[in-house]
Order: sequence, then structure tokens, then C-alpha cells
Amino acid sequence: MANKLLMSVAAAAIMVASGAQGPAFAQEKLKIGVVTTLSGPAAVLGQQLRNGLQLAVKDNGGKLGGREVELIIQDDELKPDVAVSKAKALVDRDKVDFVVGPIFSNILVAIMKPVTEGGTILISPNAGTSNFAGKDCNPNFFVTSYQNDQNHEVMGKYAQDAGIKKPFIMAPNYPAGKDSLSGFKRFYKGELADEIYVPLNQLDYSAELSKIAASGADAVFVFLPGGMGVNFVKQFRQAGLADKVKFLSAFTVDESTLPAQKEAALGFFGGANWAPDLDNPQNKKFVAGYEKEYGGAIPGSYAFQAYDAGLLIDGALKATGGKTDNKDALRAAMKKAPFTSLRGKFKFGNNNYPIQDFYQVKVVQVGDKFATSIDKKVFTDYQDPHAKDCSMK
Amino acid sequence: MSFTLFIVQTLNGLQFGVLLFLIAAGLTLVFGVMDFINLAHGVQYMLGAYLAVMFYALTGSFVLALILALIAALAFGLLLEFTVFRHLYDRDHLEQVIATFGIIIFLNQAVKVVWGAAPLNLPIPEALAGTVQLMPGLVYPVWRLVIIASGLIVALMLYLLVSRTRVGMLVRAGATHARIVSALGVDIRRLFMIVFGFGTMLAAFAGVMIAPILSVEPGMGDSVLILAFVVIVIGGIGSMRGAFMAALLIGLVDTLGRSFMIDILRLVMPPSPARTVGPAIASMLIYVLMALVLYFRPAGLFPAKGRS
Repeated sequence: MANKLLMSVAAAAIMVASGAQGPAFAQEKLKIGVVTTLSGPAAVLGQQLRNGLQLAVKDNGGKLGGREVELIIQDDELKPDVAVSKAKALVDRDKVDFVVGPIFSNILVAIMKPVTEGGTILISPNAGTSNFAGKDCNPNFFVTSYQNDQNHEVMGKYAQDAGIKKPFIMAPNYPAGKDSLSGFKRFYKGELADEIYVPLNQLDYSAELSKIAASGADAVFVFLPGGMGVNFVKQFRQAGLADKVKFLSAFTVDESTLPAQKEAALGFFGGANWAPDLDNPQNKKFVAGYEKEYGGAIPGSYAFQAYDAGLLIDGALKATGGKTDNKDALRAAMKKAPFTSLRGKFKFGNNNYPIQDFYQVKVVQVGDKFATSIDKKVFTDYQDPHAKDCSMK
Repeated sequence: MSFTLFIVQTLNGLQFGVLLFLIAAGLTLVFGVMDFINLAHGVQYMLGAYLAVMFYALTGSFVLALILALIAALAFGLLLEFTVFRHLYDRDHLEQVIATFGIIIFLNQAVKVVWGAAPLNLPIPEALAGTVQLMPGLVYPVWRLVIIASGLIVALMLYLLVSRTRVGMLVRAGATHARIVSALGVDIRRLFMIVFGFGTMLAAFAGVMIAPILSVEPGMGDSVLILAFVVIVIGGIGSMRGAFMAALLIGLVDTLGRSFMIDILRLVMPPSPARTVGPAIASMLIYVLMALVLYFRPAGLFPAKGRS
């Protein structure tokens, strides 16, 4: 709360200051609005987003594209209505040049129109729904993460290629859960031990674990983000299934949940577009810098994708000479993805979603901490299946 | 569905039921005895888990962490009682709800400030981390059995305490005839303070025992709070026996529903819609059960004596 108060005071001060100076100022500060989740249990993801972007600005000496940066950070509270009013304030009151965010798809759907309709550019460092990848694609919208289906597809493809015979697949009973399992099944064509949906935020998985044990499954695939994943992973290990059943997952074992899962998740698999140990110099520098800046915490995908969003803005503004008023030129510059991504190869498809490699990652122990580690490349230059429904070129 | 699986799922249901009882016991004590709606019960449970994580990090021993967490929770409960709750006993339920809801928001935010938003981990004590084979094809984690045992011990202890001791007698009398008990020279305020502190400690105990199988995170108490209220409403407000039976019933209904609803629906409809409808119905079952109980027996299945 104190933070929020400080932020609004700071924002007010900035408004007064910029009003006094007037718009004629030659190199005005570049204003970037951030919409992220900073309250509730999901705050741990939203903080990674914020930290990643702040680090990108810091590593560039407080500037992006040669201009001083002003980040205006807003907490969407994981409530679409709150997110809309805050996004509107960023665009109408603060007159930001870019909005970076959010974490969650339902927030993205809510803020898309208020942000982009006036020509402000929205960069999502995480949520990438299928509609905006396909028929509702938007020239003012760029994604530095993935299309939501893809990490699930990675696991489906892996299961298919690795000769898994009878996976048991499970997700929460809500739209993203259904998308997850259909993403898995898009690439896994074999027999399923079972396919079940559990209530969101279920605590105790003993009934499901008994089912898995009784089904004779040789693998599980689960999509249980956040606390659900922590609960399931611990209980899966405690039930003694980890030695018999291969654990495949998406958004279930990652740097945001591993501090709580620890040894219980060791050796478990996930699908991802990056891992902290991805071997390239820019990524090594990023991970070391993040750990130094944020008390030794290993960055997760949310942080890295936000960092890339910062690099994208930096690259595009360098191409336009720091100008943001010619939107056509700015969009064209962004579309070329003029930056060196932490994941190495990166380009935008026609729908402004990335075309990139995907990996199977595995949980390993690094010193006394736990992190995901690249195990195997599953897709090369993979574009999401919805891009063909997008009319943009 | 095989017979073994049915047995296993029944056991899982009972286990979940005992777990629910562990959470609901403190709530029904405070709600039933003091006629006080304490929505903050869930955050007290959360606080127990967080305290245990903290003390575990300091001492490296689960038992020590448990004891220290209980003491700290008791102290915190008494502090809450002194600063907030005691001013609310004479107010109506709505004001109690609003005030204790405020405590939920405050404490959820406070643990985030103190311990951070990331989920934390409380490991199972080394000696109890394994699994046991109960019968062929049925392997069970030892810690689950520990949870069952501790739930049963709490149940027994509460039963003896409330029905066989002098304090228990005063508590029962105070619940229904507070003024008369007070007129007989018993310090009813002090009694309530003790009951409330004890309720907080029970919530914290549940939090510590369950933490090793769950994620310790801000807001972890909010989802269990609803389940705990369902338990005490079905069981009969203020009734320990009712809470115990209702918890087992809910555990069984929920677990068996989740396990077999799809199979049952497949008997009457094609597999694909059964897969969609099944989970939806399964997650509603306990609320349907609560609605039915409230309709046919508004005071719950086992109403406490002197109420209803």
C-alpha cells in the first residue's frame, strides 16, 4: 500500500513537472506504463515482470533508445476492471508511449482495446492468447513471450517423440486448462491413460494421485500454475510416484515455484522457450545481473521476457532516432525485432508473435537453489498455429 | 472402476475429511462457543504455516518449529483478542464479519511484506517422509497418516476437554447462558479470551501439519476458510461432534465425487459430454450437500445442545 501511495505521489509529481516544462522539450523522457500483478498470490510472477524490465533499463544506463526512461508501474490486482481503469489512466493521463504487460490472459483481453485504440503500443511479456494471434491480431500489439498453446505443444511433441505410451493428462477446469490439454493433444497422437479436469485451486490431490497410480500411466502431463503446482508436485513426490511415472508439465515447475518445490521437483520436465542456463553471453550476463540485483533469486521466464520487451523498445527507438510520434515508422521498426534476445534467435511472425525455438527443460539443483535447465530442443523456428488466421502481413 | 481403487479413494476421502476437521475445529470452537464469526480463522491458519517455516529455518527441527509456532500463534491470538476482537463480542454479526475481513486483508499483505510473495516450503521431518504399503497396490505417504492421527487426537482431546473438564463445562455454559455464568462469579471475558487464544492455536496447528503437503503462500487460508465454514454449517454450528462427522462426510463426498463422477455419468451419457459435465458437478457436490442439509435440517446434522 505504501508503495502504491508513493507511486501515485511520484506520478503526480511527474505530471506537474512535465506540465510545467511543456511538450516542446527536445528529448523528453520516454514514458513506459507497466501493467502487472503485484497483489495476491500471483504477485510473485508480476514482480518478476517488473524486475526484468527495470533491469533492462538499468543495464542500458537508465535509457532506452537513447532516451531517459520513466517507468510508471501499475498493479492490476488480477482484476480486469481494475486493469482497464489503470491502463486508461496510463494512456490518457500519463500519455505513455508504450505499455508493457500483463501476466495474465484475462487481463490482456481486457486492456487490449483501451491501450491500443489510440495508437499506443502494447507489448506483452507473457500472456499471448490465441485470438490476438489469429483473427483479432493487432498492429499495435507485440508479444515477446509465446502464444499460450506453445509450451503445452512442446510437451505433447516430446511425449510423442520419446515414445510415451500412456500419459495421464490433467489441468484445472477453466479455459486456459482446456487450451493446455488440447495443445498437448495437438502433437501427442497416442493413447491417453485418462484426461481429467480439477477445480481451480484444489488443495489435496490424493484422489487424482490414486487414479494415476491405478491407471498404469507411464507419464503425467499437468498444467497447474502457481500454488496448485507446488501442492501437486509435493504430493506427487510424497506418494512415491516420481520414480515410476515421468513428470511432464507446463508452467508448473519454474523459477517462480521451485523455491517452494525444491527437491520434490528434481528431474521433472517442463516445456519452455528459455531457461536460465541457455548458453549465450547476453543471457549469462542477464542471469548474473538479476541474481545480484534481486537478492540471489534466479530469474524465471516472466523476468526474461520483460527484459526482452525492454530490449525491443531500445532497438526500435534506436532505429527511429528516438522518435515515437510517427507510429507507422515505429511499428515497422519494431516488427524487425532489432535486438539480441536473451534466447538467441528471435523474429516476429505476421501476427507480431515470436517465431522461436522451444525446449524441453529439466529441474536441476544449482548450489542450494533449484532452476530449470535446457535438456533438449523440441521445436526449431516454431510459429504458433493461429498465425494463418491473422490478416496482417 | 476397480474395487481396490474404490477402497483407496474412500481412504483418501476420510483423510481429506480429517484434514478438514483439523482446519475447522478451531473455527467451530470460537463460532459455536462465543457466537463470534471469525473470518480471520483462515489467515491464522496461514500464519501458523509461515511461523513454522520461519522457526524451521532458525532451528532446523520440525518439532521445535511446531512448538515455537504454536506458542507464537497463541501469543498472536491473544494480542488480536486484546486489540480487536474483544471490542466486537457485543456487536452484531455483520460488524464482526467486516472487522475480521479487514484482518484477512491486513495479514495477507503483512506476510507478503515480511516473507515475500513467493511460495515457501516446509519439509516433512526426515523420519516420516517415506511411504508405507497398506495392502498390495496401496502405497500411502507416511505424513498423510500422521495428519490423520493428529486430526483424531485433536478430536479426542477437544471432546474430553469440552465434555469432561471444568473449563469445558464453563465454556458450554458460557456459550448458551453467558450472563448467568457471569453472575455466578466466573470471569466470562477471561474465559472467552482463553477460548479464542486456543482457537487461534488450533488453526495454527492445522497450518503447520498441512504445510508440508501444500504451498505456503499469501492467501493460502482463504480457500480453506470457505471449506471450514461449509463443515461447521453442515455439522451444526458449535458442535464438535457435528464438525467431525461433517468433515468426514464432505471429505468422502468431494473425493469420491471427483474420482467417480465421470464414470457414473458415462453410464447415462456419451463419454465426451460426461468428461465436461463430470468435473463441474463434482466441484459443486459439497455445496449441493450443504444446501440440502440447510433445507431439511437448518440447524445442521448434529446441532449443539441448547442452541438450534
